[in-house]
Formats: sequence, structure tokens, C-alpha cells
Amino acid sequence: MEYILIFISAIFVNNIILSQFLGICPFLGVSKKIDTSLGMSAAVAFVMTLATIVTWLVQKTVLDPFHLEYLQTIVFILVIASLVQMVEIVLKKVSPALYQALGIFLPLITTNCAVLGVAILVIQKDFDLLQSTIYAFSTAIGFGLALTVFAGIREQLELANIPKGMQGMAIVLVTAGLLSLAFMGFSGVDGGLRDLFGLE
Amino acid sequence: MSYISIIKNGIVKENPTFVLMLGMCPTLATTTNATNGMAMGLATMAVLICTNFVISCLKDITPDKVRIPVFIVVIAAFVTILQMFIKAYLPDIDAALGLFIPLIVVNCIILGRAEAFAAKHSPVSSLFDGLGIGLGFTLGLTTLGICRELLGSGSVFGFTLLPETYNILLFVLPPGAFIMLGFLIAIVNKITKA
Repeated sequence: MEYILIFISAIFVNNIILSQFLGICPFLGVSKKIDTSLGMSAAVAFVMTLATIVTWLVQKTVLDPFHLEYLQTIVFILVIASLVQMVEIVLKKVSPALYQALGIFLPLITTNCAVLGVAILVIQKDFDLLQSTIYAFSTAIGFGLALTVFAGIREQLELANIPKGMQGMAIVLVTAGLLSLAFMGFSGVDGGLRDLFGLE
Repeated sequence: MSYISIIKNGIVKENPTFVLMLGMCPTLATTTNATNGMAMGLATMAVLICTNFVISCLKDITPDKVRIPVFIVVIAAFVTILQMFIKAYLPDIDAALGLFIPLIVVNCIILGRAEAFAAKHSPVSSLFDGLGIGLGFTLGLTTLGICRELLGSGSVFGFTLLPETYNILLFVLPPGAFIMLGFLIAIVNKITKA
């Protein structure tokens, strides 16, 4: 039950983009077409889950026992950067088709603050490994959901007649604001579920 | 290029918030009030000045193939120093900015300037570029913070200006960040293109 709660709250209630403001760069950058946004979402889901598991293990088995917590930022970013490189190399060899689909998005993920953000958040929230994995995966789904919905809206926006000053990024940001407003409708759902499941 | 024109370039022509649109995550997340926005801007500026200077000093001995990892390690080191400094001396700011201090590492402005400016120019010019871009970022964040705080909680830097009846809660909440920044960019577009 607790896992379902983490799942739903990470996707809808505390959506990583629209309420926590992580991963805004890819959100604004690769949301022009639904196809590319789906590719990006898949790549993020893959890397985010993997990176969170690896950084969690590094934190608990290396940093904590040796009291090196202050190296967290440096170690995590290096782990994520090398992981992305490794995933790229492995994918190229093992599954060229998947590499073709995700290839161009992978290097971009290193500087996606959502990946590092989630890795640090699960340590701050003091999750265990299973909770962290579920949290990372559902956060990535929330990311994909917001990105794809937004891409759909932007494709329609291309056809609209927009005042000159608002063209380009301005109208995109206002639209993102309205989408974020829509997602605020989910606030409180996690509290309701908590009561329903009888959790603390 | 003279040092003054490098600084001016960072604030006006290549303003990271309104023109380059880089580093959007901290821009939107930390500007619920003017003070936090300014603190985030200054923290980023401090890191940017140091990293630009150090990376520029190291540019001749850094092999081209591993330059990005080298940049990231330098940036992460300075962010860690800043994080410890803020935790020790400014606990209020640490509580308000939270996660976004370690996330300065992945702020595209810092890696972007390292790659686009510091790797090609002298250490002193890079220092001034860091100062200029940092000031531009601080200016962007403070402006957004002032607008959101004024409309959302009727005050600026904590000084109440509007009575509570006129507060629009939306502007302190996440959607308000997107909408306000959208309108500010529209205003900047109007001014620069007219």
C-alpha cells in the first residue's frame, strides 16, 4: 500500500516538473513533437531508475560507513555521468534499434537536474532501496506524462495565432503554467489515499 | 573586448534568464520571494566566478577529450565548498533553497560558460565573464522574485506594500512561476525588438 502511495504521489501530486521544478530544460527543450518527447521520457525513465539504485548503493556502502557524506555532490554527478556513458556504449552494442531511438537523448540526460535531484532526494527522504527504486521509476513516469501532454499541447499551439510579443518561449511558459495549474487539482489526493489505506 | 563590455554582455545581451533561457529550474523554483531569488542568484554567481577562473587557468593543460569531466569535477568541488559554507553560516538560506544548492552542479549556465567562454579566454576575462553572467542571472531571479512576491504576498524583500486582500496566492504557487516568467519574457521581447 505504501508503495502505491509513493507511486501515485510521485506521478500526480508532486509531479517532478510541474510542482518541484526539476528537469525544466528538457521539458522546454524537447517538447516540440510527441515522438521526441516519448523518446526522451523512455531514456529518462531508464537512466533515472538505474542512477538512483547505483547512487543509493554508493551512499549506503561507501559514503556513509567512511563518513564521506560531504563528497555526495561530486560522487553522484560523476556516477551519473559515467553511467550515462556506459549505458550508451552497452546499448550501442546490445540493442542498436533502441540506441537509434534513445541515442541523441542520452548525452542530454547528464545535465538533466531531475536525475541528480531524485538521487539526492531519496537519500534526504531516507528511503530504503525498494522505496527508492519505486520513487525513481514513478517520478520518471510523471516526467514522461508531463512532457508528453505538454508536447501535445505545443503541437496544437503551432496552429494558433499568437500576439507578437508572446511568440516563442513566452507563450510556452504561460501554457506550462496552465498545465501546472491543472496538476494542482491533484493536491490532497495523497493525503486522502493515506487515510484510505490507514497509513500514518 | 574590454572588461566592462564583457560584464555588460552578461547582463544585457546574453542575459541567462531572459535571453539565453538557461538554468530554468532554480529560476522557477527559488523565486517565491525576492530574497530567496537574490540568494540563489548570488550563490550561482559565486560558483560561476570561481569555476570560470579555475577552468580558464587549467585550459592549457586539460586534454581536449576529457575536458567535460574535468569541468564537472571543478564545478562540483566549488559547489561542495559553497554548500558547506552556506550550511555553516547561513542556515536560513540553506533551509529556503535546500536541494537547489547541490543542483547548481547541473545548472547549464555554469557548464555552458565554461565551454563557451572560459575554455577560450584568459583567466581575468573569464573572471569578468563569470561576474557579468552571474549579475545577469541574479538580476533575472531578483526581478522574478520581486514580481511574484509583490503579487503573491503583497510585499517586496519582506516589507509589506499591499494589504492582504490584494494578494494573489497563485503567484507564490508553482503555476505562478511559469506564468510570471512567461509575461516577463514577453515584456523583454517587446522592449528589445521594438
